[in-house]
Formats: sequence, C-alpha cells, structure tokens
Amino acid sequence: MSKNTINVGFAGNPNCGKTTLFNAYTGANLKVANWPGVTVEKKEGEASYKGQKLKLTDLPGLYSLTSYSIEEKVTRRCIMEDDIDVIINVVDASALERNLYLTLQLLELGKPVILALNMMDIVEERGMEIDLHRLPELLGGIPVVPVSARKRTGLDVLMHAVVHHYEEKHSPRVVEYSQDLEERIRLLEQALTRQEPGIINARWHAIKLLVQDEEQVEEHPIDLPEILDRSYEQEIINQKYAYIEEIIEDTLFYKGNKVAFTDRVDEVLTHPIWGMPIFFGVMALVFFLTFTVGDFLKGYFEIGLDAVCGLVLGLLTRLSIADWLISLVVDGILAGVGGILTFLPNIFILFLALAILEDSGYMARVAYVMDGLMGRLGLSGKAFLPMVLGFGCTVPAIMATRALEKERDRRRTILVTPFMSCSARLPIYVLFAGMFFGRFQVLAALSMYVIGLGMAILVAYAAHRLEREKHENVLLIELPEYKTPNARTIGIYVWGKVKDYLTKAGTTIFVASIIIWFLLNFGTGGMVEEVSESFGAMVGRFLVPVLAPAGLGLWQVGVALISGISAKEVVVSSFCVLFGISNVNSAGGMTALTEQLASSGFGTLNAYCLMLFCLLYVPCAATIGVIRRETDSLAFTLKMILFQLLVAWGVSVLVFQAGRLFL
Amino acid sequence: MTILEGTIHGSYIVQDITIQETILRRLEALGIIPGTRLMLLNRKKNGTSIIKVRGTRWAIGREIAGGILVEQAGGGQDE
Repeated sequence: MSKNTINVGFAGNPNCGKTTLFNAYTGANLKVANWPGVTVEKKEGEASYKGQKLKLTDLPGLYSLTSYSIEEKVTRRCIMEDDIDVIINVVDASALERNLYLTLQLLELGKPVILALNMMDIVEERGMEIDLHRLPELLGGIPVVPVSARKRTGLDVLMHAVVHHYEEKHSPRVVEYSQDLEERIRLLEQALTRQEPGIINARWHAIKLLVQDEEQVEEHPIDLPEILDRSYEQEIINQKYAYIEEIIEDTLFYKGNKVAFTDRVDEVLTHPIWGMPIFFGVMALVFFLTFTVGDFLKGYFEIGLDAVCGLVLGLLTRLSIADWLISLVVDGILAGVGGILTFLPNIFILFLALAILEDSGYMARVAYVMDGLMGRLGLSGKAFLPMVLGFGCTVPAIMATRALEKERDRRRTILVTPFMSCSARLPIYVLFAGMFFGRFQVLAALSMYVIGLGMAILVAYAAHRLEREKHENVLLIELPEYKTPNARTIGIYVWGKVKDYLTKAGTTIFVASIIIWFLLNFGTGGMVEEVSESFGAMVGRFLVPVLAPAGLGLWQVGVALISGISAKEVVVSSFCVLFGISNVNSAGGMTALTEQLASSGFGTLNAYCLMLFCLLYVPCAATIGVIRRETDSLAFTLKMILFQLLVAWGVSVLVFQAGRLFL
Repeated sequence: MTILEGTIHGSYIVQDITIQETILRRLEALGIIPGTRLMLLNRKKNGTSIIKVRGTRWAIGREIAGGILVEQAGGGQDE
C-alpha cells in the first residue's frame, strides 16, 4: 500500500549533520551553520524513492521538545498536527548520549521514528563501537540506519526504511518511569480520554501535563489537583537520562582511548591569552585574501565585460537604434550592472572563507573567545556571531540574532550589526581605495573593517552604560567537534550567495541603474545635453550644503549616496553612470574617474570620507526591511536610520575637518 | 565548590545547580543534572568556561559556571 506523498520530517540536535543530510536528498540551497537557532525557518524539499514521492521538511535543530523556545514549539506543533508522517531522527553517533534525549522525546510523540546514525566514521576514528543490534531493541524496535551525510552513504537504505515504516502508527513505550509516575500517567490518560474521546496519544499529553508544560496545560486543562500537585519535570528528565545511561552502557564500547583531536586544537584556538589575537588574525587573513585573490581573479572578468560592452555597442549601432536607447543600454544598464559584476570574485572569496570558518566548527569558539569583551558591553559572546556574519551580508546577520534568547540583546545586536562592513560595501572600498591609495589600498580598505567593528563596540558600550537596569548575560553554546569542511556543503552555501549577488545585479541594481540613467539624462525640459541640468543634479545639489563639511560636497556624491540606499553596491554603479565610465574596475576606467573627480577638487581625504560615510550610513533597503520585520517596530527602525545617518555624518565631518588641518 | 573554583582538566560530579529557573531547565535538557560527570576543559580569567558533558563540549558564561556546584570525581587527572 502506498500513499501519494509521504511527509518526512528531519529532526535532530544542532550540529548533528541534519541539514547536510537533508541537502544530500534535496540539493536544496540551505545554509549549514554550527550554532543553534540558525534553521529557525521551516525548509522543505522534494525527493523520490523507487517512484514514491516524498516531501522532506528540515525541522529546526533542537536539544529537547519542551515548550520553552519558539523552535521547540514550532517543531512540536508541526509533528503533532499531522504535517509529518514519519520522523527521521538524525543523531550524531559520536555524541550518542546527548542526542538520545531528543530521540526518547520524539518516540513519546507516537509518530513513526527512524533513527539515522550519522557520523559513524568519527565513531570509528575515535576507537568507539556501537552495537547496532542492541540499540534498536532498546529503542522499541525502531529502524536504526547508519548513514554518512558527508560521504553520502546509507542514503538509499534510509529512504527504504521510510517508505516501509511510515505506516507503523504504534508507539512503542520505551521509557518506563517509576511506579509513582506511571500511576499518575495512567490516571491522567484515563481522565484525558474521558474528557476528549478522540484524543490521540493520551500518554504524551499526560506526561506533558505532569511537567506542567504551558501549552498543554492551557489546551488540555484537567482538574486533578491530587495528581498534578507539582511539576514532575525533574523526575521525568532524570529518569530519561537514567535510561539513556543504560542504553549507552549496553551499546557503546570504547576500544581505545584517544585524545580527541578537537581538544588539542582547542588548546590553541581557545587559549586564554592567544584566543583573541588568533581570531583577529584569522579575520585579517580572510579580508586580505578577499582583496588580493579577488583582485587577481577580477582581471579576467574585466576582459569579459569589455568584450561584451564592445559587442553590444557594435550590434546596437549596426541595427541603427535610437541614440537614447543605446545610451540607456550602454551607459545605464551595462555600466551599472556590469560594473557590479566585476566585483563578484571578491564577494566569492569572502563568502568562501566565512563558509569554511562556519563548517569547520570554529565559529562557535568565537562566541567563547569574545565572551569577555562582549560581557563588558552587556552582551553575551553569542551576540558576536551575528556580527561576524555581518561581514558577509547584514540581512542574514540580522536574522541570526534570533539565536539570542532575550529581546533586549537582540535589539542591541541588531543596532550594531549594520556597522559591520558587509560585502556590498566592498566594491566601494575596492574602487576608491584602488583609485586614491595606491600601494596602501589594502590597508585603507582594511581600516574600514576595523573602524566598523570599533563603532559597533562603541555604540554597544554606550547603550550598555546608558541602561539603568543591569542584566546578566548567560552564555551557553555547544562547541562542536572540529571537522574538515565539506566541499558540497560549502559549495551549496557559496553558490547560494553568488546567486543572490547575481540576482541583485539583475534586479535591484538593474532597476536602480535605469532610474539613475533617467534622472541624469532628463530634466524639466525633457532629455538634456548637459548632465548638470538633469533631475539628478537638482537632487544632488540640494544635498551639497549638508555633505560639504564632510568633504562630500559634489552633487554626484549626493546622488550616489541616495541611490546607494537601494543596495550599497549601487554607490559604485552610480559613479559609473554619473561619470559615464563603462568599465570602472579596470585601470583605464579608474584613471578616467580619478581625473574627473580630481578636477572637481575631490582628493584622497574626500575619498576616505566617502568610504567612511558609506560604511556607517543607512543600511540598504533589504536590511531596513528585515530590521522592521525582526523587531516588529517601525519606530525602532526609523530611530535606527536617523541614528546611523547622524553617526555617518558626524564621523566623516570629524575626519574631514581634522584631516584638513594635518594634510 | 563551583566550576569557577575547579582545576582545568579536572573531572567533577555535579552536586546541585542553583541558577534561575529558565536556564536550569535548559541545562537539564542537555543532561547537566545532579550526578552528571563533567570535565573542565578550559576557563578564562572572567570565568567563561568550557566543559565536556556526556561527550559534548559547552561554552558557559561565568553565571552558569558559578551556579554549578561540583565535587571532585574519582579518576580525575589532578587528584
């Protein structure tokens, strides 16, 4: 008997390789991270096994099924409300003892569970052995399938088990609690069945009532004060763990006692003194590679872009198309979008490096290393992780703040994360540092990252000092085993980011380029000959008095900064359109732009102030959107925008005025 | 004593946990309960510590480290 589509839910602890396994089936573009809470959203994909269609759902990674966190509530509801036919419980076999706690809770839910024993290779490496015959017996006879998500082994066997076991609705009673508890459970089950005759799996509801689970107490109120006299949570947890200890004793064998590789690496990377310098060294290396290797690859892109521009121009001229249309395509779209595409190599290297840091297990250590410093800012070390992600893109970084438990910490982190220089600001640094700083260009660009980080720390510190109530911040984060980064996982992650970048070039930047071209080529009297008579120049001139003290008193800069709100890269593409330069990232393009800027009195100091302003001012439209959504407060979002504008203006004015005194 | 007074690389048994309710529940779910054996792997000056419990490493802040009461276990390296 087979069903049209079987709904399969992937459940497991964070860091158990659940998402990697899910990816192995669906090839979905999912991010694999090493800290809890990243897969807060429900991700779905499709697969088929021998003609049987399967709908796969990647449930949030969690340690237990209580109703304390949003993730736990989401998962429970998803499984209970019949969205899921069968649960694949992905288990890190090398940390079996902790992982089995969730397994026991999943089994109590009464749905068919299949245990996917992941990371068996690590188990072997460490000289451990798991009795694969005894383990299923102790878990009520559920199928136990050894798999390796990374090496893609055991995948078919697992799906075979899914297709053959999804109908087994029996719920094996695995954990027998103490006599007193079992008696209470039995009486509660009877009462529940009396009260709600259709109730499914009354035993689970009864256990949840005994631990005074908020959600269950509300949904299934039972008036039996002598049975529900207090919470029995502690006993229930203890007895589950006691059972797990029995399982471990019976099924896990140590053949040798090797010193774990992870412990040796941690001796260095989490060293009380060297931990922090090592982290900063690693980040410096990441950015150094981003600039140098990225620049090396960029040369090939430029040659390609030049060829395309020439080809299109030739084609359009030959077709004798109207001049304005040629101008739109070549000066507007190709200059804007093409200019952005040449920065793809830099972006690629940056995300590749961040993905390797995450997948290797190092990122979680950063929370430990930075906990001391972050504590002085009134935040836990965990809040530093979204900030590091902010070096890539602010949007996912803001979403990653969900991993923080307290609303206050989230807002504080959201406030400072945009100061972490994201990859969209990279083209601005590459271009202006390249044009004005000669052999110091990498240093000038790197200084932006340091200033951004310094600003974030300063703002967090100020907010902490201004706060009247003092909060305690509690760090609790798993430090996963170090592992060799997986090429497929990283490939999927980096490709996702590259695709995002290309999509942005094809949509936001495409549209912005057309709008800017229009604003620069049309004025009150229709199409204009001189750019200075255009709408754009009018808007830009309006900003000149405000931006002049910061050394940014060119109307073109005003236009570029406004258009940069759509996406930060647009600042660069606007410069291309504004100054009519088709390949700005090439040596010839840079010289042309430098000369044009220099003729308006825009020199090195002005360029540095422009970089500073771009680093600090309003984040892009997408970030503003996500801040509004995540904080659910328009007032907070608006205040934040105003604050950042003031900071950007203040800092660049300060630097420009001070710089003028010395230079 | 608490984990804050423990020796690095020492093995300990959890005696009691005195900390706010929500964190206590989370620790319990992770299997950090009275009677659990843990190993202190690292600790910084500010009290942030790394412990290994049931085969898993955890970084814990000083508030949690100071709330876990432990006693020395047999078989530790620093007896």
